[in-house]
Amino acid sequence: MPLFEVEGRSYEVDEDGFLQEPERWNREVAKDFAATEAIADLTEEHWKIIHYIRNYYLEFGIAPMIRKLCKETGHKLNEIYKLFPSGPAKGACKLAGLPKPTGCV
Amino acid sequence: MPDKLLAIEQKRPEGDWRDAKVEFRKGTICYSAAPKNITYLSLPNPREWQPFDADWKLPPNWKEIILKGMKERLRKYRSFRLFMEICVRCGACADKCHFYVGSGDPKNMPVLRAELMRSVYRRYFTLTGRLFRALVGARELTEDVIKEWFYYFYQCTECRRCSVFCPYGIDTAEITMMGRELLDLIGCNINWVMEPAANCFRTGNHLGVQPHAFQDSIQFAADEAKEITGLPIEVPINRKGAEILFVMPSADYFGTPHYYTLLGYLMLFHEIGLDYTVSAFASEGGNFGLFSSHELMKRLNAKIYEEAKRLRVKWILGGECGHMWRVFHQYMDTMNGPADFLEPPVSPITGTHFENARSTRAVHICEFTADLIHHGKLRLDPRRNDRWNVTYHDSCNPSRAMGLLEEPRYILKNACRNFHEMPENTIREQTFCCGSGAGLGTDENLEMRLRGGFPRANAVKHVREKHGVNLLACICAIDKATLPTLMEYWVPGVEVAGVHELLGNALVMTGEKERTTDLRGEPLVREEATRE
Repeated sequence: MPLFEVEGRSYEVDEDGFLQEPERWNREVAKDFAATEAIADLTEEHWKIIHYIRNYYLEFGIAPMIRKLCKETGHKLNEIYKLFPSGPAKGACKLAGLPKPTGCV
Repeated sequence: MPDKLLAIEQKRPEGDWRDAKVEFRKGTICYSAAPKNITYLSLPNPREWQPFDADWKLPPNWKEIILKGMKERLRKYRSFRLFMEICVRCGACADKCHFYVGSGDPKNMPVLRAELMRSVYRRYFTLTGRLFRALVGARELTEDVIKEWFYYFYQCTECRRCSVFCPYGIDTAEITMMGRELLDLIGCNINWVMEPAANCFRTGNHLGVQPHAFQDSIQFAADEAKEITGLPIEVPINRKGAEILFVMPSADYFGTPHYYTLLGYLMLFHEIGLDYTVSAFASEGGNFGLFSSHELMKRLNAKIYEEAKRLRVKWILGGECGHMWRVFHQYMDTMNGPADFLEPPVSPITGTHFENARSTRAVHICEFTADLIHHGKLRLDPRRNDRWNVTYHDSCNPSRAMGLLEEPRYILKNACRNFHEMPENTIREQTFCCGSGAGLGTDENLEMRLRGGFPRANAVKHVREKHGVNLLACICAIDKATLPTLMEYWVPGVEVAGVHELLGNALVMTGEKERTTDLRGEPLVREEATRE
């Protein structure tokens, strides 16, 4: 399994760089992974989305529906794409330490 | 940069076609299945490997396994034996494959893709092949041949467009299916198929949504439908004794634009007072087992009838999902039936008997809705869809695997005022694939998806330029997931929607408040000045 290494920390990731040990997540992990998604600086807006996804995941074991994420964080989908260029299901989930969603998505 | 992918090399490749060497690179391959998923499904040879590794860590007796597997399947499936024997290489299929059109790779001609397996069949299962080898087009089975099979059988979306043109009716998708099934025996499969399959086995759906999350998502959709209409819309979950079990692809309650189709279903069911239930167990219409093996397809499909039986419903209604309908229409009845505990489906609103579903007892929602419209049971205001200029992409499986051609069009023409067809050789049974079906819709395969989707996109471009089309309607969750990317690349400015999203927009509901937005939350725009 590939390893993602940054400043002496190393994470087990999948081929697309998604964290494979979701329980290891903390704010530092999100910051470490931000660079792989071409996000230079994590703003409050980023954190709001990351925390929403993370908390939903802890409660439900899955990422929230995209429409629900938009509504509950007050962002339109295109705004989320501006914050996370690879989108809610990829970039935002990656920074929140979730596995990549698979299937017809 | 479309120019780069448009530079398709049509020159004759160097060397002999029997040379099996393939170059694996990111962009045109899918990652291998993670060992945890293979283990979960109790399939052979779970291990860490990737297609671009030199060593694929095959089992030591891999050759024996493949040949034994071929022998068993030649005996079990007459179609397989027939398709190995009868091709006359007329070439009618050659330029019908979207992957060949978009890549220029001759081994993506369906005839040659099949020949990759026929050459092995000839060598080991025919007398002439055993005696005369290369002279009759027979090939030794080597590790390079296995790698070549993997490359090309995972570069076919099993869309069956080629089979429409074959004078012998050879279904090349079935050859791909056999190829994938054989590769499964030695653990050569892809994660984008096996992870959804493993999830589905564990939680009932490809995404791995557990019952409490299912309930949360469905409730959210019901609440939003309430907000839009002002009506008390409820969605029954796991309700025993309902008349109808409604099964949809899990992406409908996860992704966008799928979700707006879900809103459309819920509003429709409320308006006609349908006695139905959804299920947190049968929470997936799709079946990625179809993209792996008959055995896995059967295992994943079993939950549909099982749940229908448990909930004591009379029949099954299925949502906008593509390959679900190949499984439902062509396999479910014989694999997991007979469903003699269900009743032949009859619409509770119109009394129509769905004769074609008498055996499977599963009705496609487009048939159901078209029948409602035909009998005047729905009030529709198509002006609510005036911001859209719509064309319709026939999703491969509903069109070619079950002949669902008119019903979606009938709904669209009643729900929208601006509708234009793409050229006739790109629609209906000749429809071009989205390029991402059969489990290939993953990011590492993006270049090949864009190449394979090029013929479809090109037809959309035609109607965009000619008629100003800005919406591509479809009835498949893989379409909804992958066509937006395809459009963004080849035809910017065209969005993607399900048929029941547009129906939900147009549906005038009893007692509803005045609609100010469409299902996407965008303000309603009416082109009354130009149209009336």
